[in-house]
Amino acid sequence: MQHKVIDTKDVVIRFAGDSGDGMQLTGSLFADMSAIYGNELSTFPDFPAEIRAPHGTLSGVSGFQVHIGSGHITTPGDFCDLLVAMNPAALKTNAKWLKRTAMVLIDEDAFDEQGLQKAGFKGNPVTELGIEDRTIIVAPITSLTEESLKDSGMDIKAVHKCKNMFTLGMACFIYSRPVEYIYQYLEKKFGKKHPEMVAPNKKVLNDGYNYASNIQAIPNTYTIEPAHMPKGLYRNITGNQATAWGFLAASEKSGRPLFCGSYPITPATAILEELAIYKSLGAKTLQAEDEIAGICTAIGAAYAGDLAVTTTSGPGLSLKSEALGLAVMTELPLVVVDVQRAGPSTGIPTKTEQSDLNQVLYGRNGECPLAVVAAHSPAHCFDMAFQASKLALEHMMPLIMLSEGFLGNGSEPWRIPSMKDYPEIHPPFAGEGDIPFRPFARDPQTMVRKWGLPGQKGFEHRVGGLEKNHDGVLSSEPLNHEMMVRERAEKVARLADVIPPLEVTGSESGKLLVVGWGGTYGHLYSAVMQEREAGKDVSYAHFDYINPLPRNTAEVFGRYEKILVCELNSGHFANWLRAQYPQFTYLQCNKVQGQPFLVQELVAAMDAVL
Amino acid sequence: MEKYTFKDFKSDQEVRWCPGCGDHAVLAALQRAMPRVSEILGYDKERYVVVSGIGCSSRLPYYMDTYGFHSIHGRATAIATGIKVANPELTVWQACGDGDALAIGGNHFIHAVRRNIDINIILFNNRIYGLTKGQYSPTSKFGAITKTSPYGTVEHPFNPGSLVLGAKGTFFARGLDSELKLNEEIMVAAAVHNGTSVMEMLTNCVIFNNGAHAEISDKEYRADRTIVLRHGEKMIFGKNRDKGLVLDGLRLKVVTIGEKGITEDDILTHDSHSDNIGIHMMLADMKWPEYPVALGVIRDVNDVTYDAAVRMQVEQVAAKSKIHCVDDLLHSGSVWEVK
Repeated sequence: MQHKVIDTKDVVIRFAGDSGDGMQLTGSLFADMSAIYGNELSTFPDFPAEIRAPHGTLSGVSGFQVHIGSGHITTPGDFCDLLVAMNPAALKTNAKWLKRTAMVLIDEDAFDEQGLQKAGFKGNPVTELGIEDRTIIVAPITSLTEESLKDSGMDIKAVHKCKNMFTLGMACFIYSRPVEYIYQYLEKKFGKKHPEMVAPNKKVLNDGYNYASNIQAIPNTYTIEPAHMPKGLYRNITGNQATAWGFLAASEKSGRPLFCGSYPITPATAILEELAIYKSLGAKTLQAEDEIAGICTAIGAAYAGDLAVTTTSGPGLSLKSEALGLAVMTELPLVVVDVQRAGPSTGIPTKTEQSDLNQVLYGRNGECPLAVVAAHSPAHCFDMAFQASKLALEHMMPLIMLSEGFLGNGSEPWRIPSMKDYPEIHPPFAGEGDIPFRPFARDPQTMVRKWGLPGQKGFEHRVGGLEKNHDGVLSSEPLNHEMMVRERAEKVARLADVIPPLEVTGSESGKLLVVGWGGTYGHLYSAVMQEREAGKDVSYAHFDYINPLPRNTAEVFGRYEKILVCELNSGHFANWLRAQYPQFTYLQCNKVQGQPFLVQELVAAMDAVL
Repeated sequence: MEKYTFKDFKSDQEVRWCPGCGDHAVLAALQRAMPRVSEILGYDKERYVVVSGIGCSSRLPYYMDTYGFHSIHGRATAIATGIKVANPELTVWQACGDGDALAIGGNHFIHAVRRNIDINIILFNNRIYGLTKGQYSPTSKFGAITKTSPYGTVEHPFNPGSLVLGAKGTFFARGLDSELKLNEEIMVAAAVHNGTSVMEMLTNCVIFNNGAHAEISDKEYRADRTIVLRHGEKMIFGKNRDKGLVLDGLRLKVVTIGEKGITEDDILTHDSHSDNIGIHMMLADMKWPEYPVALGVIRDVNDVTYDAAVRMQVEQVAAKSKIHCVDDLLHSGSVWEVK
């Protein structure tokens, strides 16, 4: 039988296996390789919280989905064209993501009695799952890898670690990917410390590729042409990496050294790890003894004049609440990143959600409004971290940047920007004209106070959590307190003067306006485009700025008959909008499963309200 | 550099501690120590930052005419750490109470000591929560009767010195509110020391724990129940300067000079710079009536400070790295071109 080579617009591939099988690496290598090949792509790592969950169990399955295409790709895809299942548990937990036309590649060796039992299969897994109509490619991947390396002298454990290269080789054949990129990766990764590992990995990769080309079971192979992306230099970037780099960029543009005080927490840890690398750019990272020390060291650094950030996830943000109030009260610049995960409490640490919005908007004692912004894609985290820093520094306030596990761990190709296209950042430093220094005297336009830095002669002043007057003197005078409360709130509200207006994708006015915020952008955009292509009157507004909302929000909302707010929580943003603009009716589409939306379910939700 | 007097460090704010509170004397010692510190180390006044948490003693920054940060309960140590890392040129002082530093802020406190960040911590220990009006603290004596322990506490107190030395602290000193001169001397030594300097100040709370340290602080028997340690000097104490400390096996022992053939030569000489943390631990642990309570600088050793190490690492990495600006960073690693 001849292989048929089919040219296709896009494919979704899901690599799934035991959490120790190296599926995250396999998936990200496939993604990186496709990016360099010129495809657009989006990735979705979906893994358990355990580092090495019990072998072969359903809870230990780790997955990595990648969507590559020759057109515009905005989501990791709802369902997959190829599922790689390294064991029965991986097949069982992922079978629901198979397209009708999907191929399934399974490692026959893992489908032994024990493996089937652990996954809870009684008979033939394919019939039990009802996936007989899919193309099932059964390959003894483990034994073929053993065979491939039988003369290598490696022990069996090390040999088994190369299984994923065999699988990757097969995937490269099926999707006509050149393996040279993987060669380069292997040389870079093992070249210096374990040069003996380069050749075996390459060999297994090649043997996998050749095996796939020799067997009859693979009916078709596919090509996915490079996408027509704007010219320029590109790189792949994850949301957490982009966040870290955005801070470095803001540090450069403001001339303020970067200080990051953080405590490790999933899924935000990678931001701290990333910043810890770039000491050459002056970044100081302090791995604090707890979340509270993370934010408090950052507040101290802000007082001393650094661009101060702290990074966390929901439970950590809860611990930082009191200190956030202190930052509001002392009016110091500080950026807090919350990479949201499924809550409450410990929740599902590795799964994504948007359920911290109420906490960031309301979760502090006293009258304590905070500016809140949200990134909408992995690469957008760079711009949002930059913008958050700029706003915090120029407006002397703490600010929360919301990210999500889906964005932090997900990646996309990014056209590398040039720093000359980013604005300078000008913090309001106290100068000669401000002596005698009144630390809480305000600019009447922006309500912003001046930043007097310790070490500067003549600006000695005290800040703190107690209420003060404009002179910085303690005051429990009733009217002063009320005035200061109003002024702090007004300062946040007046950010609306400098943030960009809300933009609409679609029609100027019409039947339905879909509203979203944060990391649901890609899915919502795809769903709206799908509706519009089907001739339906659906438009889309996405909020990067949550508090304050863009000035034109009500004006935009007024142009549509219906408003549908879609978010991965029980309706936090819808309620926020209700509080701000009660004149509109807000329909809701909510999902709280620790998973991103599916385009398909969004389309159904839009159809339901049209 | 300007020459300062204590007046330069005094703010125009009215001091609102209770009359008779031990904190007044510590504040006075600090305002007197700072001009001396400036003279010795060449610090201009604008380099001083005084940080505090919450509690009576944490009002201190308002009374100092320096940069100041009156933060939240227990967190002064973390805030002081951030300030010092951000700008190591600043000389960072912290005022905190026993509840503030050792209960709610205990975690930050031990970790600052562990890191050896160059900050000076004045720990006002009156063994009580004063600002909340009289609850027991982590340094209240076992059995202390307070508003939250009407039948006596059933928990053991911390000895701040043991805690600091247990965390391998590089500087620990103990003062007593009424010993103005000694406290000033301790503060100057703390400023000169590189690393976390913890100064425990035994203070009285006239309202909620009057006589907190009376058994040793009372003028009548202070000389017999305390010993002032000074580096290089014999560990001699007592009204008649006839008592001393010797090692008896692995324990310290109080002896009388002139009795049982003991001469001054037999008495231990204090070495605050010694690596031997064991002897410092024993000295910090001494309790009356078995021993005199040790005052003065008990331990003062050199080690690399956290802030200096952070700065050094940034410089070393920058010297080796190929990435010197964000544009370099953006183009580093795996990059491809779409033509």
